[in-house]
Amino acid sequence: MSSNLTWEWLAMGGYGLYVWGSMGVSLLAMLLEVWTVRRGRQHALESVCTVIDDQQERAVSRGDALQDPHAGGIA
Amino acid sequence: MKLFHYAAPQNFYPLAGRLWPVMALLASGLALAGLWVGFVLAPSDAQQGEAYRIIYIHVPVSWMAMLIYLAMAFWSVLGLVFQTRLSGLMTRALAPTGALMAFLSLWTGALWGKPMWGTYWVWDARLTSMLILLFLYLGYIALTSAIDDPRRSDRAGALVALVGAINVPIIYFSVKWWNTLHQGASVSLTQSPRMASVMLSGMLLMSLALWLYAAAMALWRVRSLILVRDSHAAWVQQLPEVQTYRALRGMTA
Repeated sequence: MSSNLTWEWLAMGGYGLYVWGSMGVSLLAMLLEVWTVRRGRQHALESVCTVIDDQQERAVSRGDALQDPHAGGIA
Repeated sequence: MKLFHYAAPQNFYPLAGRLWPVMALLASGLALAGLWVGFVLAPSDAQQGEAYRIIYIHVPVSWMAMLIYLAMAFWSVLGLVFQTRLSGLMTRALAPTGALMAFLSLWTGALWGKPMWGTYWVWDARLTSMLILLFLYLGYIALTSAIDDPRRSDRAGALVALVGAINVPIIYFSVKWWNTLHQGASVSLTQSPRMASVMLSGMLLMSLALWLYAAAMALWRVRSLILVRDSHAAWVQQLPEVQTYRALRGMTA
């Protein structure tokens, strides 16, 4: 395809702005969606890790309370 | 039964993980083929010149906007009747993609309307009902994210999805029921298509590509939703990806 033909094709018979405005924004929007879903996955993994950390912290503090002779309860 | 087996998030999670990359890959391939047919092989239109090529994105995104809403209504019925936990999650995973499709339908329609009708927007039955569909999607997203309790949030969302589904046939038949600026259906199930076969194949390829894209996005998104909702469950905490993420996080911390 010669460069003249390419330009002609890109111009879309004078409707280039409308045709490429439609296709371009659609492509961009979908890429943006892919990016947000990917980020959502990272956030989800992060929140699972936060839950695990919290559970472990609570388990450790419970364990300490059991071993602490001044904590009372278990004598 | 196998179907009910997959209704449990724990069993659906790995299935979705296997499906979405394949669907995304197929979607990309079909979209490239569809664009090739639509922009290189198909001739220009006798009446609209090159502007008609907007059809290759406008019709597929509009179909998807309606189809995704119906899919949300379908999952909502399942959720309300069988109380399956996956239903609410799937409805939620579909909504953002549906909203995007409805927006793109309006956007590409506006850019097609300007050169053909001389205006970006007109308060006509087809356009207005599509705008209502976009608002229904946004309303669903706003409502479900405003309610903290997952079960109540899912139920409220399911009701919006169901009631709003009435709008879908209204959009579809609006061009028949009312006198509108928007043209009638070029392709329907009952009549032979009113367009050249090469144009039709380009449009169908793009539609299939967008269907696969929407399915891939919903499945990818639902995996994250499952992780968050079941974050206290042992099966989630023992997942290899969670372990890997934790190990990497520990190293960078």
